[in-house]
Amino acid sequence: MCTNIVVKASISGMGKGPDGWFNLREANVSYDHPFHVPLEHALNIDFVDEAAGPAARVAVELTPDSARRLVETILEALAQGEAAEAQA
Amino acid sequence: MPYRTDQHEGMFAETVTMAGDNGDNIGAYLARPLGPGPFPGVVLIHHAPGWDEWYREATRKFAHHGYVAISPNLYHRVGHGTIEDVAVMVRSAGGVPDDQVVGDVDGSIRYLRSLPYSSGKVGVMGTCSGGRHAYLCACRGKEKIDAIVDLWGGGVVMREEDLRPMRPVSPLDYTKDLSCPLLGIFGNDDRAPTAEQVDQHEAELKKFNKEYEFHRYDGAGHGFFYYDRPQAYRAEQAVDAWDKLWAFFEKHLAS
Repeated sequence: MCTNIVVKASISGMGKGPDGWFNLREANVSYDHPFHVPLEHALNIDFVDEAAGPAARVAVELTPDSARRLVETILEALAQGEAAEAQA
Repeated sequence: MPYRTDQHEGMFAETVTMAGDNGDNIGAYLARPLGPGPFPGVVLIHHAPGWDEWYREATRKFAHHGYVAISPNLYHRVGHGTIEDVAVMVRSAGGVPDDQVVGDVDGSIRYLRSLPYSSGKVGVMGTCSGGRHAYLCACRGKEKIDAIVDLWGGGVVMREEDLRPMRPVSPLDYTKDLSCPLLGIFGNDDRAPTAEQVDQHEAELKKFNKEYEFHRYDGAGHGFFYYDRPQAYRAEQAVDAWDKLWAFFEKHLAS
């Protein structure tokens, strides 16, 4: 099915797309049909600049377990980094 | 009719521009057999992954079977790029509005009937979200539809909490207005629609004495026609279901 489940976040950063690096404005996180990973549904993240058109996109399609591990890993790296900065 | 080895066969296929919902110009892929006709028409409503190669191929397949077939680009309004990039923009927006799709399909039907080689009969088919949209069009469209095929349309039966401004009404609630015979094709392992939801749909069709036939396949889930998705494709079930589809459209569109 098409779940139409999408959660959007405003972000700042840069991503590397097919035409090189560009400013990231949004991260669109969906749980829906992926295009490449062989699953009916996947956790898809599209890092985009919506104002720049469809091609300004960095995409990942993850299994749900992988997505959870990624979230935990990001939070752990953030915690370590912010702790290190606090000590500096 | 099956082709004979001594029969001339030809096909014409190209992208065209047509008037969709609200008179907006949108792209569409048109395929037709060569010859004067008259040919019945079929509108193919693409699925959530977009106006993709499978749909182009399916459109040509209908032309091979003697239909003038058109597949409108329901995502035309969001812009242009690769099919995947455009479909992702739509996915990020939560889909396209139901009313807009119904308007685009109405426009497709008008386009087909305006062609000099049209027989005037028009069917509508769709897979996944397109199956749901086909059902909506047969209940709510302004243009006459002679038969529809819903292939595993998820979201025909919607929960109250899943209704959104773009999808404000569960299509099931329009069943009393279903205007033409319906063929439904479903995989029993599908999670959307589940077997229970297909049961619900069938009960509603019976309640309003609608003409329909459902075929439900064991060993198949969602999207079992998609040979480009090996995890979903089920050759045996797909071959049988295609035969059911051709017989259904032959019955309702040929004369």
